[in-house]
Amino acid sequence: MKLNNILVSVLTLFLSVSVLAQSAPVQEPMIFENQQQEDRFNQLTQELRCLVCQNQNLADSDAQLAHDLRAEVHEMLLAGKTDDEIKTFMVERYGDFVLYRPPVQVNTYLLWLAPLVLLLIGALILRVNIKKRTTLLESTPDEASENRTE
Amino acid sequence: MNSRIFPLLGFMLLVVLLVVGLKIADKKTNLPSPLINKPVPEFDLPVLAQAGQTMSRESLLGKPYLVNFWGSWCVTCRAEHPVVTQLARLNAVYIVGMNFRDESEDAVAWLNRWGDPYDVSLVDYDGRTSIDFGVYAAPETFLVDPSGTIVFKHLGQLTWEIVENEILPRVASMESGS
Repeated sequence: MKLNNILVSVLTLFLSVSVLAQSAPVQEPMIFENQQQEDRFNQLTQELRCLVCQNQNLADSDAQLAHDLRAEVHEMLLAGKTDDEIKTFMVERYGDFVLYRPPVQVNTYLLWLAPLVLLLIGALILRVNIKKRTTLLESTPDEASENRTE
Repeated sequence: MNSRIFPLLGFMLLVVLLVVGLKIADKKTNLPSPLINKPVPEFDLPVLAQAGQTMSRESLLGKPYLVNFWGSWCVTCRAEHPVVTQLARLNAVYIVGMNFRDESEDAVAWLNRWGDPYDVSLVDYDGRTSIDFGVYAAPETFLVDPSGTIVFKHLGQLTWEIVENEILPRVASMESGS
């Protein structure tokens, strides 16, 4: 019984430590005028890249630059800037790289269209293969079945 | 036969992509700045350790100059310091030290300890100007022409190679052009 109690408390301790070790969302308290503004802030900081820690967004990063840029976004929101204006502010300084969702423009056509092109190529290969098999089946049923068993 | 060659081709394509990816991996961190060929952002900043004095974008117009972002907290800036010093000795270009997100006492102590290569040191205490310059991290260096346009940017530690191949030729062409 006693041993059980100790075990339970040790386990609880480990659990609580591991919970503490998980990175809590880093956010300094920020005051917004309304819920909508706060939602826009959360949306924007998730779509903007933290530039020093390249695979994190502004919302998740604890880097100094991310702090400053969050403050900048916050200030612009309070000043009544639109989402587009805020994004333009960032792009003018840090380039398209700051956006997690790349804009559709000449140098990103390949990026946006490649999945569609690959899908079409796949469909084409599939079609050719199906056609080949059906003609094979229709023309010489015996040969086709032999081929299949091979 | 045909059905066997396709997976092989696909594999070869992946290998080519891998090789290309590895080849350009170190270039990915060197992102082009959208500020190249754009005017220098507006600034009006206090001069380090000179109470009351400020310097603005306008007061620097008319000559080429280098803007070097640094901080006493920045290890790479210390590593870069001999190169900046060597460049300063040439007297080829006016060098503005942008001390950002730093305490002025620390900055002055740093310059006293290692030597001051800057023609003028400005204080960007809250990092606002560094955001306008699109600075990611220190050190970053911008070359500005006499009309106040950014013509070159280097992200990270300056090396003598960059000074010789990128900065000095550009400064020379500005002077012969004007």
